[in-house]
Amino acid sequence: MQKNLRTRTIVIVATILLCIFFIIGFPTSKAELVDHLKSNIRLGLDLKGGSHLVMEVQVQDAAKGDAQQTVGRMLQDAAKQNITIPVQPEVSDPQTVDDVGNVTITIKGVPPAQASAFRDLVTSNYPTYILTALNSTDYQMKLKPSDLVDLKKETVQRAIDTISNRINELGVAESSVQQYGQSCSDYQILIQLPGVDDPARAKELIGTTAVLEIVGVDKTHDTPFASREDALAKLGGILPLNERLVPEKPRAGQQGAEWYLVSKTPVITGKEMRNARSGQDDVRKWQTSFSLSPDGGKRFGRFTGEHVGDKLAVVLDGTAVSVATINERIEDQGRIMGLGSEEEAVDLARYLRSGSLPARVLPLSENSVGPSLGADSIHQGIVSGIAGLLAVVTVMLVYYKRSGVNAVLALFLNTVILLAAISALHAALTLPGIAGVILTIGMAVDSNVLIFERIREELRTGKGVIAAVDTGFNKAWWTIVDTHVTTIVSCAFLFLFGEGPVRGFAITLTIGLFANVFTAVFVSRTIFNWELSRQRGMEALSI
Amino acid sequence: MQLFKNTNYDFLGKKWPFIIASLVLTVAGFTSIALKGGLKYGIDFKEGALVQVKFAYPPPDNKIRSAMLRKIQGEVSVQDLSGSGAVNMVEIGTEAKGEGEHQLNANRDDMQTVLTATFGQPDSGKLDLNNTSQEALANRLRDALARAGVPMSEEQLQTQVRNILAEINTQHSGLITDFNQLSSVPGMNAGIMNTLRQECYLAPFHVVSAQMVGPKVGAELRKKAVLATLYALAGMLAYIAFRFEWIYGLGAVIACFHDTLITIGLFSLFNREISMTVIAALLTLVGYSMNDTIVIFDRIRENLKFSRKESLEAVMNRAVNQTLSRTVMTSGLTFLTVIALFIWGGPVLSGFSFALVCGIIVGTYSSVFVASPIVLFWHNYADRRRKPSAGGGPAAPRVETVRKSPTKAVR
Repeated sequence: MQKNLRTRTIVIVATILLCIFFIIGFPTSKAELVDHLKSNIRLGLDLKGGSHLVMEVQVQDAAKGDAQQTVGRMLQDAAKQNITIPVQPEVSDPQTVDDVGNVTITIKGVPPAQASAFRDLVTSNYPTYILTALNSTDYQMKLKPSDLVDLKKETVQRAIDTISNRINELGVAESSVQQYGQSCSDYQILIQLPGVDDPARAKELIGTTAVLEIVGVDKTHDTPFASREDALAKLGGILPLNERLVPEKPRAGQQGAEWYLVSKTPVITGKEMRNARSGQDDVRKWQTSFSLSPDGGKRFGRFTGEHVGDKLAVVLDGTAVSVATINERIEDQGRIMGLGSEEEAVDLARYLRSGSLPARVLPLSENSVGPSLGADSIHQGIVSGIAGLLAVVTVMLVYYKRSGVNAVLALFLNTVILLAAISALHAALTLPGIAGVILTIGMAVDSNVLIFERIREELRTGKGVIAAVDTGFNKAWWTIVDTHVTTIVSCAFLFLFGEGPVRGFAITLTIGLFANVFTAVFVSRTIFNWELSRQRGMEALSI
Repeated sequence: MQLFKNTNYDFLGKKWPFIIASLVLTVAGFTSIALKGGLKYGIDFKEGALVQVKFAYPPPDNKIRSAMLRKIQGEVSVQDLSGSGAVNMVEIGTEAKGEGEHQLNANRDDMQTVLTATFGQPDSGKLDLNNTSQEALANRLRDALARAGVPMSEEQLQTQVRNILAEINTQHSGLITDFNQLSSVPGMNAGIMNTLRQECYLAPFHVVSAQMVGPKVGAELRKKAVLATLYALAGMLAYIAFRFEWIYGLGAVIACFHDTLITIGLFSLFNREISMTVIAALLTLVGYSMNDTIVIFDRIRENLKFSRKESLEAVMNRAVNQTLSRTVMTSGLTFLTVIALFIWGGPVLSGFSFALVCGIIVGTYSSVFVASPIVLFWHNYADRRRKPSAGGGPAAPRVETVRKSPTKAVR
């Protein structure tokens, strides 16, 4: 028994030390202790203040973009093989994510004689699309379902990456950007910004609609127009096919924006932009260099090779942030040279780098909690929590006398283990999490009460103290197993099928229950054993 | 000290008044839900835009409402939160019927604009210190401090600004009415104070939180929370059926269902909102109730091993009496914690603790008066069917009611 007791004590002390380490680390000063405590026990947004946004990635944008690019390439490829496509193919324009599957390209007027050549072109060059004939001259193209799924996944992932990059660049501590929901809501992302309690600021950080494209400027009209009206007047009121007008971002000190006539089909989209940085060239003029993905580089090389001397525009959200002349063929590494100032170069690099959202991202829900609400809730929560706990401790000590000390110790240790596990898992403590803690404490009290009542019952039947403690623990054990396993089973389901807060509740509760089995059964039993072994032939138990 | 010693109350004999009370409560709750046209959901479950605002004085609800209606189309609700422990707080909300996220977003932004226009000094060109961010305040003070002859490094400025905002947020609940309340901020001096007075004003309100929930998210969250709970109940039923007998699992789950339904009904009766925190509370009470039921079932199972001649009803009564001390202790103690939360926990925890207060009361009696009678009814029914001639009286020999029993206790 003595040896057994020693092993048990070692296990308990080791657990306590490990828990304390997880909670406060190795502090060397008081300030460090507070620091460690703050970084280990993280509070959720509902307690600390911050913004919590659910955004929907407009995947149909990406599908449309892909279709637009395909149209551009198809026109070129068809021209090479002398296939006539007399009318600019049309890309449909669905407005909601649910219609992402309905993005189609309609091609009209292909001569029937060239039908098989056209069919071959499409099947060999654009294997991700299905071609259906509408009649002898008209066709429709649609992304294959499997490729559509890939595109959706990639788009959402890229949106997540881009937004995290933007937020990290601006240095919001402990922010998180992740996919939200499972199967049915593939296109939602959850963004958490602790400490940002102003919704406008949060949206600014995310930059919800920035879509970046590099497009060719119409070479017959490559000088900017003074205004949109001016442009329309000069073009005779009609825009050329597949072209659009974009304003240039006004430079410092410039009145009004100048407008460029650019192609509707982007050469490069943000999707293919890999990196960009500002720097100085040999003559110390500012420039921005960028790199593209291999696929984008090939396309960019082809385009720039054919358009040396023409102009390119970098269009961010429909505004030309930079217009530059193509000096030579550029593949996956390019430079935009001759920029006016360092600021211009840095800004352009940032646009290129961060503007790579593959689709617009619109808010579905936004929730901002000010730090004052959090501070008040924490304060009130702590005051009432302590009041409740004090009441419990008092009743336990009065009702179960010295054995009550066991229960109180077990309860305390349970809370320590719970906090340690939360900090070890880097989980954040939220209100639903605290609900889990409260249920844990309730069940911890219950386990102790169960055991004590059982021991009392056994004592009443006239058993000796040692036998009563033994039987009490043994009989209560199965009840404790049943109650705990049932709750853990329910936690598993809550975790699997629940969302956000429900999951937080399930995790805290599961940890708490495991801790409880340890403290109520193992630790409390050890204390009883220790007390019994201290006084040999002990006749009375304070319970 | 002991509360109960060898009691022998006939609990199951008194089941009917409780079952009737349960039915009455359930019916009352459902009638209330039906009359009110459904449950009242918190912002996280319904679509709409909402801001919570703390005022420096009792909020002029009507003035707020009419100011809002001038700018925002549709319904605007202004609800005083003072009832739930918050001082001078209102919740201003618009509900979106068929409006998209975009409109809701605009509504929410409008609410803040209207508040500033009605209660603040938007034309003074000053910054509202009660509704600002660290960044905005730092930008505002940077040059002004330099002009006033209080030069600061950027780091000092940021620290100073953070201290000022921390003072407002943690010591004054986000709202100060006099600049002198900032005199105890570390590093504060006359120069900074004067600059603050010149550059800022104090609006008599503070936006505590702002939310917008679009129709998609609200409905989905609601569906998922309900589904997760149903799956969890099914999981518990399966485990109890495995450990005891299927009717025990069914009884326990029905008891939990009963507790949840009654609590939800009480929420409707008392006009309270179901929010995400309330869902957490409902999950908690399912846990409590299940725990309570299993403790009694466990004792019934144990008693059945030794008393094969006794009627099931007598065995059950004995089990309830034997566990009475622990039931009263546990429920009483948890009730103490929850009532403390309810009284002092503040507005954020109010819905949560209300659910638990109801849940613990209902959950405790449902184990005795709902879960156990279900098992009893089933066994009596099964006995009668098996031996029609015996009439199914309590003295009829009982069939094996529990398959599995613990083989060996583990220390």
